[in-house]
Amino acid sequence: MTKTIAIVGSGVMGLTTAHALALRGQSVTVYEQRAQSGQGCSWWAGGMLALWCEMESAEPLIGELGLESLSYWRTHFPNVINKGSLVVAPPRDTPDLKRFAARTSQFEWIARERIAALEPDLAERFETALYFGEEAHLDPRQALAFLRKTLETDFKVQFHMQTAIAPEAIASDHVLDCRGYEARDVLPDLRGVKGEMLILRTKEITLARPVRLLHPRIPVYIVPRDDHHFMVGATMIESSDQSRISARSMVELLNAAYALHPAFGEAEILETGTDVRPAFPDNLPRIRRDGKILRLNGLYRHGYLGAPAIARRAAEIIVEGKIFPEVER
Amino acid sequence: MNDQVQFYGETITSRLLLGTAQYPSPSILSDAIKASGSDLVTVSLRRESTGGKNGRAFWELIKALNVRVLPNTAGCHSVKEAVTTAEMARDVFDTDWIKLEVIGHADTLQPDVFGLVEAARELVSQGFKVFPYTTDDLVVGEKLLSVGCEVLMPWGAPIGSGKGLNNVFALKTMRAHFPKIPLVVDAGIGLPSHATAALEMGYDAVLLNTAVAKAGDPVKMAEAFARAVDAGRLSYHAGAMEARDMAVPSTPVLGLAFSES
Repeated sequence: MTKTIAIVGSGVMGLTTAHALALRGQSVTVYEQRAQSGQGCSWWAGGMLALWCEMESAEPLIGELGLESLSYWRTHFPNVINKGSLVVAPPRDTPDLKRFAARTSQFEWIARERIAALEPDLAERFETALYFGEEAHLDPRQALAFLRKTLETDFKVQFHMQTAIAPEAIASDHVLDCRGYEARDVLPDLRGVKGEMLILRTKEITLARPVRLLHPRIPVYIVPRDDHHFMVGATMIESSDQSRISARSMVELLNAAYALHPAFGEAEILETGTDVRPAFPDNLPRIRRDGKILRLNGLYRHGYLGAPAIARRAAEIIVEGKIFPEVER
Repeated sequence: MNDQVQFYGETITSRLLLGTAQYPSPSILSDAIKASGSDLVTVSLRRESTGGKNGRAFWELIKALNVRVLPNTAGCHSVKEAVTTAEMARDVFDTDWIKLEVIGHADTLQPDVFGLVEAARELVSQGFKVFPYTTDDLVVGEKLLSVGCEVLMPWGAPIGSGKGLNNVFALKTMRAHFPKIPLVVDAGIGLPSHATAALEMGYDAVLLNTAVAKAGDPVKMAEAFARAVDAGRLSYHAGAMEARDMAVPSTPVLGLAFSES
């Protein structure tokens, strides 16, 4: 007899989990409180699959999950952009670039000529940069829309939208709680880390790949998207405040974009976004077993970098009865 | 040896004061504080959260460490901002201790010493116990004491620069000028050896953040600083030798039993 499986939440965690189960022949029903999928903090993500850069401050587990997730996106999503990423610093912050290099791997130190060849618009602006050639990026909104469509058309996954339901109230054999910060009532050690971002549009500058600008106070990244859009992010504030972007954060993000290239000074500001990343005290994701409920949470700033790998583990827990001590804490 | 430092009549065990910003995760922060032995940590209400009760989850983690919290007004550029932030901190952390920063220059984060004195006067009148982040200027130090501060925290070097004790002469002068006032070197410390140097010259404590938070292994670095501070204090009590220009043989030559063969 086939098991009935319900997923609550359809951000990147919920959708990749539905996909992992569907790929294993399971029939899945998804409940989402909003009218569309991926409108929580997945919506505001940068979409950088930058696991080697993240090792600057993240634990080794993120590298392990990231490698698996990178491979997942390359296999299942056709629009992954495999052009690596670039890390630069203003001349006065060169110590930060050296520190970044000391804590990461899989990069090359490149100089003016190579920078100009990779990113012509950044020619002459930086003496040196770190080039992480194996990294990739994607547009999170495209990726989730694609995943949602695949689940509905290829796997006949049922979606119940605008349905706010507690995982505890669902009668299925298995329930996967993928609600992110919404699940804080049942995960007392979950906290929110506020992030703020902007989307700019300008035709005056073109970037092929994400660029991180190091700065002692506010390291910022700029991710190019289609139609001359650029995502600029993101602040990291120990707060669960979900109101709008603060003036200070806006100024700091814009200053960083302007420091990367003055052409950003003429860009239109298309969107500002604020949301709260769900995080446990060690900033690492978890799978928590709670009776027939599995709670997948704490992706922090590694949603797209962590979710597919957590989803695969959750699916194997349900289908094969496996155990994954590295995330079951 | 009764060698504990007192601030506003209260005893603090460790001479290492740690900031809580910029750690890779709250877990690592917690381990670093334990390894440091610090029992007084600073928390920023402004930089690390957007105020109100929204940062509660992070603050609860800090409170759970059972260390004394010294909230700060980091990132405040005016007297009014600093006073408002201090009032908020008193509510959130239930303490009248406040590390007062009034930044005068966004690029160097140099304190605005005029605003600092004004804000200190206002906060003292409201019953706060103020720990002012100041320069090594003696007159500013005197003004701060005259408005009611009972501790001074001069910089070693600009915040986050890791340059160490930039002006040893001025810091020594300050120690000599204020022999009875608790003095803490705040900001600029990059290495454990910088902390040792500050304690060796008689400073009561050091306050640092980036040097630990941004180290490759913050927990190890916290322990390194704990030992450095102990070494510095012990050296201060031991009474260091005076440096001189000429060599002095450490073994006497005259009268050696077998100096001639």
